[in-house]
Amino acid sequence: MGSKLSIMLLTLAALTTAAQAQDKDKTSDIIARGEYLARAGDCTACHTAPEGRLFAGGRAMPTPFGTLYTSNITPDPDTGIGKWSADDFYKTMHSGRFPDGGLIYPAMPFASYTKVTRADSDAIFAYLRSIPPVNQKNKPHDLRFPYDNRQLILGWRTLFFREGEFKPDPTKSAEWNRGAYLVEGLGHCSMCHSPINALGGTAQSDAFKGGLIPMQNWYAPSLTSNREAGLGDWSIKDITDLLQTGVSARGVVYGPMAEVVHNSLQYLSDEDTRAMAVYLKGISEPSPPPPASSTLPTTESSLLISLGKTVYDKNCASCHGLQGEGKPPHWPPLANNQSIEMQSAVNPIRMVLNGGYPPGTKGNPMPYGMPPFAGLLSDNEVAAVVSYIRTAWGNRGTPVSAREANELRSAPLN
Amino acid sequence: MVRFLEGDGVFARYLALAVAIATLAAFDDAAAQTPNQPPDTMAARVEACTPCHGNRGEGTSDVYFPRLAGKPAGYLYNQLLAFRSGRRKYPPMNYLLEFLPDPYLEAMAEYFASEHPPLPPSAPSEVSKDVLAHGELLATSGDAGRNIPACVSCHGPGLTGMQPGIPGLLGLRANYISAQLGAWRYGTRTAKSPDCMQLVAGHLTEADVTAVAAWLATRPAPANPAPVPKGTYALPFGCGSQPN
Repeated sequence: MGSKLSIMLLTLAALTTAAQAQDKDKTSDIIARGEYLARAGDCTACHTAPEGRLFAGGRAMPTPFGTLYTSNITPDPDTGIGKWSADDFYKTMHSGRFPDGGLIYPAMPFASYTKVTRADSDAIFAYLRSIPPVNQKNKPHDLRFPYDNRQLILGWRTLFFREGEFKPDPTKSAEWNRGAYLVEGLGHCSMCHSPINALGGTAQSDAFKGGLIPMQNWYAPSLTSNREAGLGDWSIKDITDLLQTGVSARGVVYGPMAEVVHNSLQYLSDEDTRAMAVYLKGISEPSPPPPASSTLPTTESSLLISLGKTVYDKNCASCHGLQGEGKPPHWPPLANNQSIEMQSAVNPIRMVLNGGYPPGTKGNPMPYGMPPFAGLLSDNEVAAVVSYIRTAWGNRGTPVSAREANELRSAPLN
Repeated sequence: MVRFLEGDGVFARYLALAVAIATLAAFDDAAAQTPNQPPDTMAARVEACTPCHGNRGEGTSDVYFPRLAGKPAGYLYNQLLAFRSGRRKYPPMNYLLEFLPDPYLEAMAEYFASEHPPLPPSAPSEVSKDVLAHGELLATSGDAGRNIPACVSCHGPGLTGMQPGIPGLLGLRANYISAQLGAWRYGTRTAKSPDCMQLVAGHLTEADVTAVAAWLATRPAPANPAPVPKGTYALPFGCGSQPN
């Protein structure tokens, strides 16, 4: 009897250990999935300060309304989210309100995160619970009157916030829907790729129509118009290359998009990247040719363009080729390159002035860089060369003025 | 075979190394000549650095952009890390490096450290003899009464720096040196703790900075501009950039 009991107990013990081990595996699976999803949401871009501890917040976020400081989302009970429950976390992501009901500034992309499923929210929360807690108090925001009044957020929410999880479109493939979920939800692409109005909001009808990123003065191109970054005539491979490695046969990412690839997109699985590509290709709309809207008189334009060719042949052709063909993916082509031709000339002007490196990624760990020409070219020469590349080789952009070039010399670089 | 290796170990190792280098070189050539691809070289990858720092890191006519060539790789790497994180502030550099990974920055540092274009001829100074004499005194003897160590006590008797973290001070223009010393004094340039340069610069007056920058810029190129090996001499105090 005694031995039977001990055998039973031993068996029970063994079963419990096996069950515990299984639970542990399951927990670590959830944490790993949460880490992956936190990458997809690019949480670190805002919630980790330069040289700061992971997710301890404190990063300054300049906005047109003043400076916001990001919050500590480590599991520290006093200064982080250590006292939160999974319910609290989901509600915050979903409704843009702190657990105590307080309103969150919409710099936190809750208008996108509201689409995240409960299971994904729980996984991200489990991951955030697993990282080292950091005791670091949140820095108070520094917003100008009247924006320091959080009640104003209510107005913003009424205009621009639609709460609700992602609803798959049954007429589309599972892959398209997965891509839509990532792009519209965790990826929060519309935060930059939609026009921002004076109230700091984006209208649903304008989603992914492109816009100038406030404070950064980079233009986030439309993801729907094929005249901009609409990907309708891109191959799936070119899109996935761009998202995963930062470079592609069609173009290269710089500036704020380099950050997104660096911190987030390079870590996504091949399947998820492909799903995003399928969705992005799918939402592009055939767009009518834009009206030729150069503000420059024709004689001035043709003088600029002829000076531009001289500047180009001397400074640019050695990498980008006499016909703008480049040596893709590392030296991007300029002919038939949407980011050169699109209506806003902000990005090509900035690239000529400041140069840039695409992000270093697993797929492209040692990217080639574009030299800055701010110190070598005058405003007139910058305008000339940008006018030239926007109109040569069949490109259908418009010339730009020396004044536009000059204005961007003082644009913030980071 | 084993006996051959044992008996001629050194020779065998050199042979292996030579074969490896030849293979790499052949590979590099082949890669460098891939049609319609940029050369697979560091020189092509760091072209973004050249308008300000020169094709081989020799510097340009702009007096505020420093020479990079031949500085210790550890020093250059520390600067790249500091620019990437924003600890060292210069927006054009902060912007360029923001999304580049550590191993790549290390490769860039090694590339410029291994370049040895000739040092520029020293320019005649615009300051008076007295000022130069004050600069020389500070640089070579320091001022114990004011807790100012001599530049040579850390940057080396030949002012060529020490591996891996202490830069040489030759081949730089007075404007650059004085701007950097000013930045250390005001705390806008900082380094890993203990931040030795901030301590030193904190004791300097503006007149000291002008004098020492002017004198350093008049120094002729030494016969051997290479930084001396690690541990060649003992530092007078702790330095976060040059761990023991």
